[in-house]
Amino acid sequence: MSKLQNAIIGGVRAVLGQVPAAWLPGGTPDPLIDKRVALGGQQSRVDGPDKVRGVARFAAEVPMEDLLYATFVHSTIARGRIVELDTSAAEAAPGVQLVMTHRNAPKMSVPPAIGITNLKAAGNHTLPIMQSSEIRWNGQVVAVVLADTREKADHAATLVRVRYEASPARTRFEVGKRSAYTPESLLVERNRLDKGDAGKKLAEAAFKIDAVYTTPWENHNPIEPHAATIVWRDGKLIVHDATQMINATAGSLAKIFGLKAEDVHVSSPYVGGGFGAKGMWDHQILGAAAARLSGRPVRITLSRASMHRLVGGRTRTEQRVALGADADGKLKALLHHGYGVKPLHSVCDEAFSLTGRSLYASESFDVVQHYVDLDLLANSFMRGPGETPGTFAIECAMDELAHAIGMDPIELRRRNASTRDPVSGAPHSQNAMMAAYDLGAARIGWDRRTPEPGTRRDGEWLIGMGCASGTFPFTRMPGSSARITIDAEGHAHVASAAHEMGMGTATVQRQHTADRLGLPLDHVTVTIGDSSLPFASFAGGSSQTASLAAAISAASRKLATELIQLAGNDTPLAGLKASEVEFADGGLRSVENPARQESFVSILRRASRRELSVIGESGAPLEILKFSMHSTSAIFCELRVSEVTGEIRVDRLVGAFDCGRILNTKTATSQFKGGMIMGLGMALAEETLLDERTGRIMSTSLADYHVPVHLDVPDIDVLWTDIADPRAPLGARGIGEIGTTGVAAAVANAVFNATGKRVRELPLTLDRLI
Amino acid sequence: MMPFGYVRATDRADAVARAGSGTRFLGGGTNLVDLLRQNMEQASNLVDVSRLDGSIRESHGGGLLIDASVRNAALAAHPLVRRRYPVLTRALLAGASAQIRNMATVGGNILQRTRCLYFYDVDGARCNKRQPGAGCDAREGFNRYHAILGASDQCVATHPSDMCVALAMLDAVIHLSGPDGERSVPLADFHALPNATPQVETVLKQGELITGVELPPPSDAVTHSEYRKVRDRSSYAFALISVAGGLALADGRVTEVRIALGGVAAKPWRARRAETALVGRAPSRDAILAAIREELVDARPLSGNAFKIGLAERTVTAVLTDLAGARA
Repeated sequence: MSKLQNAIIGGVRAVLGQVPAAWLPGGTPDPLIDKRVALGGQQSRVDGPDKVRGVARFAAEVPMEDLLYATFVHSTIARGRIVELDTSAAEAAPGVQLVMTHRNAPKMSVPPAIGITNLKAAGNHTLPIMQSSEIRWNGQVVAVVLADTREKADHAATLVRVRYEASPARTRFEVGKRSAYTPESLLVERNRLDKGDAGKKLAEAAFKIDAVYTTPWENHNPIEPHAATIVWRDGKLIVHDATQMINATAGSLAKIFGLKAEDVHVSSPYVGGGFGAKGMWDHQILGAAAARLSGRPVRITLSRASMHRLVGGRTRTEQRVALGADADGKLKALLHHGYGVKPLHSVCDEAFSLTGRSLYASESFDVVQHYVDLDLLANSFMRGPGETPGTFAIECAMDELAHAIGMDPIELRRRNASTRDPVSGAPHSQNAMMAAYDLGAARIGWDRRTPEPGTRRDGEWLIGMGCASGTFPFTRMPGSSARITIDAEGHAHVASAAHEMGMGTATVQRQHTADRLGLPLDHVTVTIGDSSLPFASFAGGSSQTASLAAAISAASRKLATELIQLAGNDTPLAGLKASEVEFADGGLRSVENPARQESFVSILRRASRRELSVIGESGAPLEILKFSMHSTSAIFCELRVSEVTGEIRVDRLVGAFDCGRILNTKTATSQFKGGMIMGLGMALAEETLLDERTGRIMSTSLADYHVPVHLDVPDIDVLWTDIADPRAPLGARGIGEIGTTGVAAAVANAVFNATGKRVRELPLTLDRLI
Repeated sequence: MMPFGYVRATDRADAVARAGSGTRFLGGGTNLVDLLRQNMEQASNLVDVSRLDGSIRESHGGGLLIDASVRNAALAAHPLVRRRYPVLTRALLAGASAQIRNMATVGGNILQRTRCLYFYDVDGARCNKRQPGAGCDAREGFNRYHAILGASDQCVATHPSDMCVALAMLDAVIHLSGPDGERSVPLADFHALPNATPQVETVLKQGELITGVELPPPSDAVTHSEYRKVRDRSSYAFALISVAGGLALADGRVTEVRIALGGVAAKPWRARRAETALVGRAPSRDAILAAIREELVDARPLSGNAFKIGLAERTVTAVLTDLAGARA
């Protein structure tokens, strides 16, 4: 967030510009890009049967003796202090063990903020938690009721009486905009970008559009509510959590409670949907505090309403995009300015203004975003942070420009496709966005589209087709590690404190390990989801697969070295170096002379070893600072709009993705489809209703916060280029986030094609179309 | 949720006898249980009437008698309903979800309460319906789903039922049983407009139980009827506007027309003025539009729902035009 950060990263980039690519991670392309047996196939999830049978145990299901259930009481004002707090009726209610408030809560330090330099920090905000009478947002927890059943705790929570003294609260976006602040950096990028006199080029452009696009506040609604079962045992804190930040949560809880890192144990083998929401919020901290205070284990399961009041979402955005193009449609200027809400205590960036910096080869750029500081709940990351709202603005603007020029929207993108990073000039590691467009256009039948809006109809229904680009940067986290253990039967066991939120982490890394070690799939097991396992960074930013793959790959190199040492001199491998052998057929063999080989079983037996373990680590991701590494996609939508009611019915969605190689066609398809459905929700329905008079969220149930129902979701086709990224482990970039990006723009562009109405505000509710 | 007692009534008389202050009758529980959980409603006792005999049978006059404990899904699927009162089946199937329709009873559906966000926010919002005299946060707040007709300064909430819109259009009569005996009330008169007492939502008296709904014999306009619901997603959303319409023609002129609107008021809104204006006229698009505009002349939009007036006009016009086209 600082000038210092900008200087350091700028310096590293400058140095790396001079360093030969071969010296960097991925300098030698991963041999598994082409040598695939299990990888690239269709594999069902290893955890599927347990989930279907209900055997997989989630955080709120861990059995525990003597358990207490926690219910939260939330503040009803946005700013001020508690002046009266009467818990006596609640304490006297049946089954109640205690009520925790700021008066009796243990001392706790503020959560350490999530940051790019501290992988053991998970704080989404930096406010003290239940340490004083001060209220900082409407919905903050003011009391925790513990009872021997959830129902009794819920009942007692209604008996807590709180009186507040309210201070003036800043809850209005338009007012806050007047004193917005401008951060120096966004994630690892410099915020302000001014290149090539965009103002002048825009003024001189043959064609230009200049419009403001808005996206609303959106909240997380994973199917599994946030939950934790927490116990203190012999001074150690044990948290059965639903988290995509196992180690960061453990590290943060240690800081907050003044514990040694090894005295906090976080277990989270299954997470029922993460999407950026399942990090550390106040509930784990308050649950741990309440467990310490009561001396009994505590289970906290957030109600939907508590989730909306306590777990942040994606900020609303207001984005101005101006594009200038010459007579041939080549971009001369790209201007992207905007506002989002980010309270000063909030940690996560919604870096929507990064989107337009990599997609198209504009001659000039003028880009910056500002934040509004309000007395609201902190933001979280939410699937495709930055690029999801960013692509809505940029990609609708591209559609508007194409229409203004009278050019096919795909052709406009083709003419502006970047061959290297348009800002830094760094080479792409791999980029074939237009190949994705070609795939998607063929699949949806783009040639059926009529360029003139409002010309296709079926009765009262106007039919239209639209497209948009999606994009998300490649990230690989440093410090992620994995242990490979080879046992006496020649089986491999991989362990890492990585995360399973439904995307198939263990499934894919099992495929990877089998191919890496030359083993059949059924000789490999993968264990994840517990802080006692080798350190892994969070599952976020679509980074986990690449980070874990790099760690397993590094471990496999160590494994080869140690096996050769273990094999000694009485082996066909004698005299070979690790660089001269490869894994094959359940053992090692010489690359030059495959006849020289020995199996894992034989090596271990001769050495009288029952097993051999090594740990490998994902190194610094220098490749992302030398190369421009972005996944891209082409999203297509065909839909109908009722001329009578303005209702939209989406008939088809096609997503064609350029994300490097696909590792598992089944889990990848699900991942992309899920992302696209989330994008569809953003397009059509999702909106957090914040009452600006009180700073209170009013849409706190799934009846009021609309996500798509089955009937809203059409046939979805998912395609991919499957072109390897030679700089990425396994040739694959992450695929978790990108599915959501570009979808809302494709829908809005299809609505324009159907009706001739350009709606620049999400969601596309019917009142905006009649 | 407050602790409460629970008893299963053996028959109607038993149910009525058990009614006392603090007692609520429990149907399928799809609304009441939510309200209890959120502490919006408190009950000391629940008398479960969902398992009382529930049948659908023809009345002596050729109409239909529907017991209050009949589940919404069963009513929608009944062959006589589907054949003679298609608008009712369509309205039922437009409501809620399959799971909820399997549980929800006819009596409970009639008594379901508004979905106003501020009504639901017990801790954080003011609501005259919940607490008379407290004030109404919806009037200047989120009121996209709120009333354009028959609202008051005290309350702008809407009745959320789809089924009731069809029942209003069908001239249904509600049968009640209470401490003072039995009586019947036309559905159109059953729900109350808010006026100064938004906490009073129906004419139901203390201890009275809805025992059934009677549909008059189907007229020509009823057998040719349609329900159209306009909402924010394809399913599982409350109506922004819904229209129950039926039309009969002779010699190209309207002999009978029935129009009821949902999503516009604290009760299902029978559009009598529009009906009167249309009878005897040729059902042209312009005539229908003029008629519904006459109905909506008193509409008073709020900050967030002005679009409903035009939407109601367009939807009524589309429904009646389609019916006229089908009958021409």
